[in-house]
Amino acid sequence: MSAEDVLVWIVWVVAAFACLGSGIAVVSFSNPFYSALSLIGNLGSLAVLFLLLSAEFVAAAQVLIYAGSVMVMFLFVIAYLGGRVDTPWAGGPSWQAVAAVTAAAALLAEIVLAIGLKAGGRLADQAAIPDNFGSPAQIGRIFLDEHLLAFEITSVVLLVAAVGGVILGTRPEDEDVSGVQP
Amino acid sequence: MTGPNLPAYLLIAGMLFAIGALGVLIRRSPLIILLSLEIMLNGANLALIAFSRHVGNHSGQIFALAVMAVAASEVVIGLGLIVAMARRRLVLDVDLLTTLRG
Repeated sequence: MSAEDVLVWIVWVVAAFACLGSGIAVVSFSNPFYSALSLIGNLGSLAVLFLLLSAEFVAAAQVLIYAGSVMVMFLFVIAYLGGRVDTPWAGGPSWQAVAAVTAAAALLAEIVLAIGLKAGGRLADQAAIPDNFGSPAQIGRIFLDEHLLAFEITSVVLLVAAVGGVILGTRPEDEDVSGVQP
Repeated sequence: MTGPNLPAYLLIAGMLFAIGALGVLIRRSPLIILLSLEIMLNGANLALIAFSRHVGNHSGQIFALAVMAVAASEVVIGLGLIVAMARRRLVLDVDLLTTLRG
């Protein structure tokens, strides 16, 4: 094992554990503000994993779009709603919690089993890739060449979402104005 | 490129997906459910990019970028709905929203 190999493994282990730990933190914090902050950590460590997979442009977009703008939107809404604390494990019928944990554990077992059954075969040998794999230039060229339709449809999806956001944010005339929170 | 190969990344992706699913199922605040949905989408994104690296084809990365755009749209609509609920002074608890007989 070369020194570079060891370094990549160390970075991978740290990023993977940070990613899983902050994911569990998102689910288990009772204050939504802390949950959103842990999700930023989760997205940042995922960006590190993307870099290790030589997906440079996707990692940059992850940090800019997700950890940047989407999470700022989340934090604004959480600040607008005030810190409403919602205890995750207490309250409510307990059979619901048991069923939820069982379902998630079954899902995880299924995924691990599926990967484990196939891990020895074709999943073991990686394709050789050029040095500029995943660079912004490559992604941009493919977006406007091979995947032009997907690119245009994405813009329509974003436009529809923006219109929907405006419609949801506009106050209807019959709404009781006194119901608006200060 | 050195380092761990595909099954290690897929394992992390699957665990992220399961954590997100647990959050969606167990939490009752719609805000946290949206946050957990983001974790699930990111698990899928990680699997897409790991396969893209494994096969040596860019299409998985393009798909991941499209998933990001869809996730941003979903957050816009979801947060808009939550703000609309809060303005109508509804309780932010998905178990108590039973007007549609859900």
